[in-house]
Amino acid sequence: MTAAIEIDGLVKEFGRNRAVDGVSLTVPAGTVLGLLGPNGAGKTTIVRMLATLIRPDGGRARVAGHDVVEEALQVRSRIGLTGQYASVDESIPGWDNLYMIGRLLRLPRRRARALADELLERFRLTDAARRLPRDYSGGMRRRLDLAASLVGDPEVLYLDEPTTGLDPRSRNELWDMVRDLVARGTTVLLTTQYMEEAEALADRIAVIDRGRMIAGGTAAELRARVGGQMLRVRPGDGADLADVARRLSAAGEGTATVDHAEGLVCLPLARPGDLTAAVHVLTDSGVAMDALDTHTPSLDEVFLTLTGGVPTEGRTTG
Amino acid sequence: MTATLLTPPDRTGKEVRAAARRVGPRAAVGHALAIARRNLVQLRYDPSQLLDATLMPMVFTLIFVYVFGGAIGGNQADYRQYLIPGIMVQVASFAAQVTGVALNLDFSTGVMDRFRSLPIARSAVLSGRILADLCRLALGQAVILLFALAIGFRMHTNPLCVLGALALLMLYGLSLSWIAAFVGLAIRSPQAVQSMGFLWMIPLQFGSSMFADPGTMPGWLQAFAQVNPTTLVVDTCRGLLVGGPVAGNLFGALAWTCGILAVFAPLAVRQYTRRA
Ligand SMILES: Nc1ncnc2c1ncn2[C@@H]1O[C@H](COP(=O)(O)OP(=O)(O)O)[C@@H](O)[C@H]1O
Ligand SMILES: [Mg+2]
Repeated sequence: MTAAIEIDGLVKEFGRNRAVDGVSLTVPAGTVLGLLGPNGAGKTTIVRMLATLIRPDGGRARVAGHDVVEEALQVRSRIGLTGQYASVDESIPGWDNLYMIGRLLRLPRRRARALADELLERFRLTDAARRLPRDYSGGMRRRLDLAASLVGDPEVLYLDEPTTGLDPRSRNELWDMVRDLVARGTTVLLTTQYMEEAEALADRIAVIDRGRMIAGGTAAELRARVGGQMLRVRPGDGADLADVARRLSAAGEGTATVDHAEGLVCLPLARPGDLTAAVHVLTDSGVAMDALDTHTPSLDEVFLTLTGGVPTEGRTTG
Repeated sequence: MTATLLTPPDRTGKEVRAAARRVGPRAAVGHALAIARRNLVQLRYDPSQLLDATLMPMVFTLIFVYVFGGAIGGNQADYRQYLIPGIMVQVASFAAQVTGVALNLDFSTGVMDRFRSLPIARSAVLSGRILADLCRLALGQAVILLFALAIGFRMHTNPLCVLGALALLMLYGLSLSWIAAFVGLAIRSPQAVQSMGFLWMIPLQFGSSMFADPGTMPGWLQAFAQVNPTTLVVDTCRGLLVGGPVAGNLFGALAWTCGILAVFAPLAVRQYTRRA
């Protein structure tokens, strides 16, 4: 497999602050890399260097085979960028945003027009085509931003915290759109503060903190280190929690624990079949249940495990 | 995660750097036109950009003709003939203000990131802005001229002279746009750009023959007014529109215009490349 992004010892300093401190990683073409880290970890700075917006102070990066410093123009013609703070043009309507980019990319007028229509349709923005983005909802603005970054049919797409601030429905919609892109063969570099999002979209995850990569691997590999999904069961009033825990432990690889204060029984889900087995056991036991959910470790919990401390800059909502 | 995947660039550094920066001139024109179109679309959704260069000068015209006209010019009809060429120069300077404010605004929003991540000429945002602003200026001149005719202004020269006056106004407006572009790019805060813009405009406008005959001003102000480019451009336009001497003022006006362009265009471009 060829690498779409190759980063080697990338460094960026702002004054005396080393925002990115020697990050190296490789993203194979057609895969999704999730850059996971808290606020201030250096995610945006990495993306901006890869998008040729700022120059690295050290190390090198190649995108689609071209050096981001020496061959900025070639890199620019192969990437799409959806910035953390949406980079749509608020001063002109949605359709004109897309048409303008088509024209800037030297598409003939007719092609640029058709593409703008097509992308608006695909991102369900046709009704908002003539409205200014400042009147859009957060989800619509993100979709327009994504559409705008796709006008040039990029090989590599950067999504910087694409769902931060979105409601769950818009978030799921955006996830589906990203999956759709990946299915078409686009390489995606995604930054996020949410473990759940990295798991949902990324083939591989790089965890960064204070400009350094502190862990990397597939979601499963990280989960093995961090502790993966947890099944949480709240049996009805009067149920024997210890008994439920015993039964659940028998069903899965892990050992169920009881949280008496909360009235919860928790079972770590180690293998893919564990959840199904646990649900079977619960059904067979006939115990009435008030609530049941699965819980993904939050970024805080991931950090607690990986670094023994919480994220450095401002705790994040998981 | 290692350096082994990295291969050195297959061309020499110098060549590669050139290729990474070079956009052909035809492409660069295409980029500028695409940005200019965007700036003109902006006008439809934010007409206030247009009001500065149309409504404001109309208000000035009405106030000066009907409130001060009798006092300054003896009677309103004569003063109207005196004032209108000055107002047309005012249109050019108000229109230029928007160039700086709009550029500053572009740089303070996320859209610049998008532009800079596209394979386009670095100059596109600046040249597109100036192109669109020339269109805006032409529109402003057309509007104010029609308004002036409607309230009784009359031209006493031939159409060629009128075209000459309009051409000079466009050229002078272009040079002012470059000053405004420099100010808009050199200063970070949009509010500061706005106030700075008016600050350097006021002496240029009032310390000139735009509204009143400099002959009635104190000596030091007269000296300033006589070398003020506004005076030279206004007096040239007076000559070209309502009659009178042209040649002497025209020379000075063109010299100033070229001088401003020669100084401020490179300054603005430098400031722009620093930030872009
Ligand atoms: N333009 C800048 N000037 C100075 N410091 C910056 C700049 N951009 C980012 N930083 C600093 O670099 C660090 C990393 O920031 P950033 O890359 O935005 O993190 P993230 O995207 O992971 O939240 C932070 O400490 C931030 O304050
Ligand atoms: Mg960020």
